[in-house]
Amino acid sequence: MKDMADEVLFDFLHMEMVSHVYKEQQSSKGELDSKDRAVCVSILEGMGFRVGQGLIERMTRDSPSFKDELDMMKFICKDFWTQVFRKQIDNLRTNHQGTYVLQDNKFALLAQLSSGKQYLEDAPKYLAYSCGLVRGALSNLGLESVVTAEVSLMPSCKFQVVIQKL
Amino acid sequence: MAVCISVIAKENYPLYIRSVPTQSELKFHYTVHTSLDVVEEKISAAGKAMADQRELYLGLLYPTEDYKVYGYVTNSKVKFVIVVDSSNTSLRDNEIRSMFRKLHNSFTDVMCNPFYNPGDPVQSKAFDSMVSGMMVQVS
Repeated sequence: MKDMADEVLFDFLHMEMVSHVYKEQQSSKGELDSKDRAVCVSILEGMGFRVGQGLIERMTRDSPSFKDELDMMKFICKDFWTQVFRKQIDNLRTNHQGTYVLQDNKFALLAQLSSGKQYLEDAPKYLAYSCGLVRGALSNLGLESVVTAEVSLMPSCKFQVVIQKL
Repeated sequence: MAVCISVIAKENYPLYIRSVPTQSELKFHYTVHTSLDVVEEKISAAGKAMADQRELYLGLLYPTEDYKVYGYVTNSKVKFVIVVDSSNTSLRDNEIRSMFRKLHNSFTDVMCNPFYNPGDPVQSKAFDSMVSGMMVQVS
């Protein structure tokens, strides 16, 4: 049923989540300094983390166990990304030593903001939740990681995943 | 019909454990604990074999004279262990598989509950009632 509007529901919820978290932090003081901004980002990332854990539990219910780290990253790029953002990751690069770069050329949560350099400074706010999502998903699969995102040209963005080796 | 059902977290501590005859509860706790070694063995053996399809269902872990122990591991390394009475030989593999399937489905629901923190003991009533449905009825 392609003409149902259910795809935008999460887009709107996410936009409101970001704006709400920033407003909450701002209500106590007038301006946001960099420490407050870091708090907002970690709140959004934390939300994404918990949701990522739950989503992975549901998605891997019927699939067989993963062979190795690369297999898990491929799962994130294909099945996980398709379920959450309705498309696959366009490019996956790795140095085979625990660092992966996932590139999405038309990231669903940024697509409506701009398609160029406009609003570039605000883009990281809208990526925090998704970073948490990836980190939560990997954590439930057994991999501790640090996930960061960078944007140079909207709506394309790169997620960098560094697996923490114990 | 199971005699004891337990859910074990990936750090190998129990998230949920329930057994039927409450007098031998300690014995079942001990059985589940020792079965963890067998589970680990099976997981690492399957890993080395590099099979294309690795099943989540581990099958019969080990039989003793009184009961049999079955195991299942999820992709998030949460283990389910079911202990059944040996005298109940009518239980077939398919039935055990379907019990694990129901456990996995219920556990997924618990995991997706935003009020549940991963790592906490499972206290969901829905999960409890599903498990009661699978345990031996004691009058």
